[in-house]
Amino acid sequence: MELVTFFGVAILAVASALGLVLRRNPIHGALFLVVNLGCVAVLYLLLGAEFLALAQIIIYAGAIMVLFVFAIMVLIPGKEETGPDPLRPQRLLAVPLGAVLLLEAVLVLRSHVVGGGSSRFPGHQPGSPLAAVPPAVRPGGIESVGRLLLGDYLFAFEVTSVLLLAALVGVLTLAKRKAE
Amino acid sequence: MVPETYYTMLSAILFSIGVVGVLVRRNPLVIFMSIELMLNAANLALVAFGARFGAADAQVLVFFVMTVAAAEVAVGLAIIVAIFRLRRRLSVDDLSLMRW
Amino acid sequence: MDAALLPLAPLVVVAGTTVVLILLDLLPPRTSKVHLGVVALVGIVATLVSALFLWGRAGRAFSGVVVLDNFALFFDVVICYAVALVLLLSLDYLRRNGMERGEYYILVLFATLGMLLMAHAADLIVIFLALELMSLSLYVLAGFFQARLTAAESAMKYFLLGAFATGFFVYGIALIYGAAGTTALDRVGAALGSATRDPLLLIGLGLLLVGFGFKISSVPFHMWAPDVYEGAPTSVAALIATGSKAAGFAGLLRVLLSTFRGAQPDWTALLWVLAVLTMTVGNVVAIAQSNLKRMLAYSSIAHVGYMLVGVVAGGPLGAGGVLFYLLVYSFATAGAFGVILLLERGRQEAVNQDDYGGLAARHPVLALTLALFLLSLIGMPPTAGFAGKFYLFGAAVRSGYIWLAVIAVLNSAVAAYYYLRVIVYMYMRDQEGVPTEPAPSFAGRLALGIALWGVFQLGLMPAPVLDLAQAAVAPLLR
Repeated sequence: MELVTFFGVAILAVASALGLVLRRNPIHGALFLVVNLGCVAVLYLLLGAEFLALAQIIIYAGAIMVLFVFAIMVLIPGKEETGPDPLRPQRLLAVPLGAVLLLEAVLVLRSHVVGGGSSRFPGHQPGSPLAAVPPAVRPGGIESVGRLLLGDYLFAFEVTSVLLLAALVGVLTLAKRKAE
Repeated sequence: MVPETYYTMLSAILFSIGVVGVLVRRNPLVIFMSIELMLNAANLALVAFGARFGAADAQVLVFFVMTVAAAEVAVGLAIIVAIFRLRRRLSVDDLSLMRW
Repeated sequence: MDAALLPLAPLVVVAGTTVVLILLDLLPPRTSKVHLGVVALVGIVATLVSALFLWGRAGRAFSGVVVLDNFALFFDVVICYAVALVLLLSLDYLRRNGMERGEYYILVLFATLGMLLMAHAADLIVIFLALELMSLSLYVLAGFFQARLTAAESAMKYFLLGAFATGFFVYGIALIYGAAGTTALDRVGAALGSATRDPLLLIGLGLLLVGFGFKISSVPFHMWAPDVYEGAPTSVAALIATGSKAAGFAGLLRVLLSTFRGAQPDWTALLWVLAVLTMTVGNVVAIAQSNLKRMLAYSSIAHVGYMLVGVVAGGPLGAGGVLFYLLVYSFATAGAFGVILLLERGRQEAVNQDDYGGLAARHPVLALTLALFLLSLIGMPPTAGFAGKFYLFGAAVRSGYIWLAVIAVLNSAVAAYYYLRVIVYMYMRDQEGVPTEPAPSFAGRLALGIALWGVFQLGLMPAPVLDLAQAAVAPLLR
């Protein structure tokens, strides 16, 4: 079951990556990239990294891709769109892709919820591989990620905060026009 | 259980597609998106390896890469928008990205 | 200061100064931002002093991801010297170009923090974050003169190729993590020792080299350098040519010499080829340049080739020679960029060879200064360039890389041609049309004076600093 899911998502991921590279229109590329990022999020779930799967959706698909689409909409004039109806190919592609992705996600989520439940209640399903490990130290669990983030990787965490500040100042510099 | 090798193989494929995208495409936004594809493939490899070791370290690393990617996107798009203000056409043809 | 934070003292000083600058930028006066530059300069000098004060100490902090050793401190000194020169040169350069803004100094300090962090990092993820902190700041600085199309284009090119290299770097980290199960440099080294020739580790190292190769602009990852040096503000070009290159070498040397020492035969063969290619391409293409900033860009690529010769030679002599050469190269290159930055012709920066015709007759001191920097870049005694090249190539010969040394010497001879051409222009030609005039800048002249002092100090008395450089690489080679 898991293998089937993996191959389904993997094929979709490769196809969407190819779509990004091969399609002429940047906006199609951006939508393909969203599909790809979603596929990778599903793979994170399969690997037991729930926290990253959510972060992937929120940061990548949510924040980064919105910025990309916004930039494309602002920068690329309509005349560079290929085809007579720019929306048609997009719709044609988006519907089946979205449907497959949804199906995969549902299947994965269903199988994973059972697994997650077993880890939370180890006594109920002793046969599950996750059952032996208490939730606080289960590798994929948000607890262990949080502990590492503010423990062994505290310094790197602080550096990312400086990095974000630098990016903030940088973007302000670029965006602010000198009043002359 | 899917072998962890499958994931790393997939990440290698995605990474290669991203590299090809950077090299063959001319639109800076598409090049940039291909770079995101590469970073994403690297993240997938990290998580897959982390699952092999049964350690959460890899996930923390991926978290940092995501943060950096977000900062990079903000700065990168600001630069691209800045250039667009000066020139109403967005292509790196004339920039000859790979000139010696 | 808390004992645990002591290894971080140089980083803490720079970070603190940056925060102070951000706050100061909000306060009046709004029209002049020179005071921000002065505060930044004070911060960098304080960092330099703290690095010198800490010399000889060793320590680790934050679960071992940051180290303090002489290697990191030597790079702190090189980077602080380079940044201090750049800040001095920037003080009135920005005003002359109508771009005096506080963000410039803030971003320079952020970039500096990233550079220093590269030297102190002992974990691949920290190296990655440091690299990005430095790069993101430099991308913005490269496009700082927004109104110029060349500036915006060079910033975009720098950014896209830099982000591309980052992709390889992250994948390299992923593969190394996959092979070793950790990103801490010492534990990766231990894993390499137990499982020799794990292909995953070697491919990972190769991908890391792509990332570093981009930062130090070694062939074949050098394509961005000429365009960025030409398009970026000259002060920023000087920073990219000196500070960010030093930081790239700091990360590269620590990873190669200490972590991947077990794979030395593998990477030595690769770097041998890269060194030859980098020197030759840099020097040959530099001959064809008439724009001085582009010429210096190719010349800086060639100098990276010379330094890679030292990395190939290895050992305390080769690696110490690289550190020494970085200091020598930084003084001469920052100085040469400084002269270009001071000269104007008809309200334009004097970047073309023609602009330098007859400069010696009208401004003998400035022409002599530029000539001395160029002679140091050629490697003429008694300038520092001679001592630097002597130690680098000598180390190659002593390690048995005779051919590499021969190619390097031949390359230096080729390089003499295009440096001397500028000197010939200054001393033997006349200029037609609008004369080239230097801007009246005390800070700029002070920077040139310091760089000139460095070129002669290191040229006439290289031994003490070379001893320090060799002591600096000792902890890596242990």
